[in-house]
Amino acid sequence: MALLEIRNLRGGIKDQDIINGIDLTVDRGEVHAIMGPNGSGKSTLGKILAGHEEYEETGGTVRFQDKDLFELTPEERANEGMFLAFQYPVEIPGVSNAYFLRAAMNERLKYRGEPEISAGAFRRLLDKKMKQVDMDPELARRPVNEDFSGGEKKRNEIFHMAVLEPTLSILDETDSGLDIDAMRIVAHGINQQRTADNAMIVITHYQRLLDYVVPDYVHVMYQGRIVKSGRKELAFELEEKGYEWIREEVEAAG
Amino acid sequence: MEAIETLAQQEYKEGWVTDIEMETAPPGLNEDIIRFISAKKKEPEFLLEWRLKAYRHWLTMKEPNWQYMAYPPVDYQDIVYYAAPKNTPEYNSLDEVDPELLATYDKLGIPLEEQKVLAGVAVDAVFDSVSVHTTFKDKLAELGIIFCSFSEAAQEHPDLVEKYLGTVVPYRDNYFATMNSAVFSDGSFCYIPPGVRCPMELSTYFRINTAGTGQFERTLIIADEGSYVSYLEGCTAPMRDENQLHAAVVELVALKDAQIKYSTVQNWYPGDEQGKGGVYNFVTKRGACKGDNSKISWTQVETGSAITWKYPSVILQGDHSIGEFYSVALTRNKQVADTGTKMIHVGKNSRSTVVSKGISAGNGQNVYRGRIQVLKKADGARNYTQCDSMLIGDRCGAHTFPYIDVGNNSASVEHEASTARISEDQLFYCKTRGISTEDAISMIINGFCKEVFQELPMEFAVEAKKLLGISLEGSVG
Repeated sequence: MALLEIRNLRGGIKDQDIINGIDLTVDRGEVHAIMGPNGSGKSTLGKILAGHEEYEETGGTVRFQDKDLFELTPEERANEGMFLAFQYPVEIPGVSNAYFLRAAMNERLKYRGEPEISAGAFRRLLDKKMKQVDMDPELARRPVNEDFSGGEKKRNEIFHMAVLEPTLSILDETDSGLDIDAMRIVAHGINQQRTADNAMIVITHYQRLLDYVVPDYVHVMYQGRIVKSGRKELAFELEEKGYEWIREEVEAAG
Repeated sequence: MEAIETLAQQEYKEGWVTDIEMETAPPGLNEDIIRFISAKKKEPEFLLEWRLKAYRHWLTMKEPNWQYMAYPPVDYQDIVYYAAPKNTPEYNSLDEVDPELLATYDKLGIPLEEQKVLAGVAVDAVFDSVSVHTTFKDKLAELGIIFCSFSEAAQEHPDLVEKYLGTVVPYRDNYFATMNSAVFSDGSFCYIPPGVRCPMELSTYFRINTAGTGQFERTLIIADEGSYVSYLEGCTAPMRDENQLHAAVVELVALKDAQIKYSTVQNWYPGDEQGKGGVYNFVTKRGACKGDNSKISWTQVETGSAITWKYPSVILQGDHSIGEFYSVALTRNKQVADTGTKMIHVGKNSRSTVVSKGISAGNGQNVYRGRIQVLKKADGARNYTQCDSMLIGDRCGAHTFPYIDVGNNSASVEHEASTARISEDQLFYCKTRGISTEDAISMIINGFCKEVFQELPMEFAVEAKKLLGISLEGSVG
């Protein structure tokens, strides 16, 4: 059984479908890149999978770890092992990053019927993960994303991912707004988390992140559908030819 | 937003009535009742005279109407002004205390025996009007600290009471303070001698119990030169159908180099979802930094009462004196909290800090009302005020009335204000990390209140966080 199976998914916002029939299978150990021009529905797919209240599925099925995804609340999906790294991470004033993550961690443990993590053990885990993703320890003490720079916010998302160890991570334009150095650090953090047991869906507009986070598969979205899938070389092709090429292909076929 | 629009209702957890025989005065307010109260308490003559002066002045006063709230007219002749547990006890040990009373404390989670051992807190528990139990008195007495009921102080330390009573809140002060001066039933009295640092947090639990009994507490705390005291006040009340008037007065006096830290967690019955039956909490709290380098700090967490109306204030008379006010007020259902502070800068280089956090949910209304006054001679006076509001849902309100009155050019006064909502994005972000909406709201609220909570003594901070959690339980759908 695949980790994630999306069959003919449709959905969107306020009675308007943005996703118009997507099929996608993701297995453990795989990294899938989803590319496409602005407005093609990439981020909407991420939000529907994570369970954003304003987005709704209107057709199709999604099975995650052999469970009907839409039977699960957003927090249940998270505790089952799904993770969404935000394109625009949200600030939570007054709540320290470390406190927030420990609360999240304990929710996860509770969900799985395991005892809560001790303060000491959590501290050690944080230290280890901060090193892994090259995170300034100061940022763990500060309120979640408050007054973080754009790069720090994105790095914090990867830090959250590293601590929570999800089985499926959806990274929504994690590279946007980053300069090349910041992107390298973020990419390094992401690569640190790749294992044979987990999987990632990397949503990106540009190919450049994929130089560092090398995907197993690349899918191109256009008008709410995956119109082209291939191996990592497809990303290079896109970079070279631009999205206009896809548009022409689709229209020629349509 | 849909997630936090539906306000489910939660029953008040502290609601019950203890069945203990009460000795109760007939309802109504007149000189006979005042004489009755004073006689019951075996008060010295000066105190009776003071009460009567206050009463006579009260008769000339009009009930104020400037506050941001409406409430049905109170019939002051229909209130019982004195109720004491029968056989007014002079207990030597807990064994002598009415078991029912002890059971009540158990329900409140404040078993006296336990607290003696666990918290290291001396508890002066006020059950309705008469103090029934005081602990740690001997230990405090060794240091010369006086901590007892107000009635006891009036008998045992009349000189101190006479010297300080009404020096911060005069009997003519305001309608409710004046009424309190006439009919106050009991309260706490505390005196810290020069140079003594009180080794434990002093604590009083107030409780309103008899149907229709107004409660008029009077508390007086004096920190003599170079002394320090931290005082905790925590309250709950049983569920009632009729409104209960509560008009307390708290006076703090800090002499030269002295510090008083006064913390309150207030959780009186707020009324049902229509606001019916809640406590009217009209309180006058004021401290005077009489000496140089003295400091008074008020911290309050207000979650209860149908109407809260209080402005813990500091008169900064001494040079280099410091006044602080840290407040969290949470209103839901039909609750109204009209609260804030007054900082009156008289002394040179006096400083004050005001941090107010108002949280409104349901139809709750939160009002911050503050006055920063810098008098002519207060060279170098400084104030910083921060006033933040958080709204949950779209039927509640937050209102801010800051008054700033500066009479000295060298003063610096800052005012910052903000209004926030808990955003859908914040909640979704928390959910994608596995944290439920309710836990997320509780976390966000606690983060919002952090600057205030960190001013509370540790155990109180834990209690306050829990209280906010309980108060917001079910406030999300």
